[in-house]
Amino acid sequence: MLSGTTREPGAAPPIPTVRERRRPSSWAVELYGSAVGKKAVMAVTGIVLLGFVLVHMIGNLKVFFPDAEKHLNAYGEYLRTIGEPILPRTGFLWIVRSALILSFLLHIHAAVSLTALNRKARPKGYEGGRSYSAASYAARTMRWSGVIVGLYLLFHLMDLTWGNANPDFIRGEPYNNLVASLQRWPVALVYIVANLALGVHIYHGAWSLFQSLGLNNPRFNLWRKRFAQGFAAIIVIGNVSIPVAALAGYFDDPEHITGEATATQTAPFAPASNQAAGS
Amino acid sequence: MNLSLTLKVWRQQGPDDEGCFETYQANDITEHMSFLEMLDVVNEQLLAENKEPIAFDHDCREGICGMCGVVINGKPHGPNGGTTTCQLHMRHFKSGDTITVEPWRARAFPVIKDLVVNRGAFDKIIQAGGFITAPTGGAQDANLTLVSKATADTAMDAAACIGCGACVAACPNGAGQLFTAAKVSHLNLLPQGQPERWARVTSMVDTMETYFGSCTNYGECEAVCPAGISINFIAQMNRDYLRAKFKDKRGQIRQVDVADEG
Repeated sequence: MLSGTTREPGAAPPIPTVRERRRPSSWAVELYGSAVGKKAVMAVTGIVLLGFVLVHMIGNLKVFFPDAEKHLNAYGEYLRTIGEPILPRTGFLWIVRSALILSFLLHIHAAVSLTALNRKARPKGYEGGRSYSAASYAARTMRWSGVIVGLYLLFHLMDLTWGNANPDFIRGEPYNNLVASLQRWPVALVYIVANLALGVHIYHGAWSLFQSLGLNNPRFNLWRKRFAQGFAAIIVIGNVSIPVAALAGYFDDPEHITGEATATQTAPFAPASNQAAGS
Repeated sequence: MNLSLTLKVWRQQGPDDEGCFETYQANDITEHMSFLEMLDVVNEQLLAENKEPIAFDHDCREGICGMCGVVINGKPHGPNGGTTTCQLHMRHFKSGDTITVEPWRARAFPVIKDLVVNRGAFDKIIQAGGFITAPTGGAQDANLTLVSKATADTAMDAAACIGCGACVAACPNGAGQLFTAAKVSHLNLLPQGQPERWARVTSMVDTMETYFGSCTNYGECEAVCPAGISINFIAQMNRDYLRAKFKDKRGQIRQVDVADEG
């Protein structure tokens, strides 16, 4: 550069940086400070949240068991008593909840800060159209599906954990709360849409985590995509089946709750039509 | 059959200029011309009209130097996969087409002039560890250092990177992962790269992150790469980086080159 504002013709412009890097005292902080480290944290917290989503879905499917009310309420009570008497009541539950809250916050923090970094690293797009060659719909909408799932989670907690979004909420009676909530069709619709968004989020995330953690090998690279597809499909089908069943009137049938008439049925997952015929 | 095309080209006087699109007519273009030869024809016209020709990077014009590279209709190196701009022939366009030609867009790649960008950030990454610090001496006998066929092939696949920057240009995050991963991997896979393996990946990734965005596993880079570099190398680099960080909790690697344990 010759003088203040004019650059020598042909001289390369200086390369702008997206950030300055400092050396923090702790290696863990330093690792999280790197984008690769943040992605690894997103992957690990993602695995924790995937595990939660899977176990949560399996637990929820108890609503289709005969004598569902008794089963689901007993399951809810069991979750509060795990670890007793070495741990206080709900002690284990709070350990799991703490891990989930921490994972959730780290996942969101990493996503937000990486998004900010990426916006900075690519300030200008292309005029000639942005036709993606490889990125799937799920990959491109991760930030949106993430926000939808986050807002849905808040509603879900208000609806079925704290009860302030559910007028018929009775603490300690999850079956009653679930059925009462899903009887309202707009709520059932919210559950369906949010779980589809969750499935889209999982579809990219469950594949992407292998890349972020560097778990790749020609022997199982195809299997990584299959795993993501399968996981997303199982979660969506399992979770969406409950509001769909509610919309179809499955939970209106009192026999389903008491299980008296279902004792003779052979299939435990009897569809709603069979139930209607029995009444 | 000769083509008549409308070109919308990004013109920018210098790094500090705002820049804008200019429209040019390119007539009498034969379908055998490469995209760069088509630009040459346009530049001849501009010179004849006493106008400033379009500045673009080019060198070998056979797809190995990595100099050329413009974004054609929103795609780095144009619509065909696995080619550089110089290998893109005009037969892939139709007469009457409007073609938008832009420089690589990323914060790390500031425009020098028109379609020419400064890819010096890549040099910074190479300077950080894209080499082997070893006295090489004379060429040693063949097969003194044994390398398995699979490893040699994978390292060669990574070494195919020509450093053109299309990966960064294609990435909606302006991330330099594919380039860095290729450069880290081709050395870290081979025995000669082992002594500096962990220092190399730490140093190169940290330098990369000073200039570039972060990977979101879109795979757009892989799709436009003229050398066909796989995003599997990004996973390889991530793994090496995380392993280096866990091995070296006290940050000694960057101070001393630690010999690998084996």
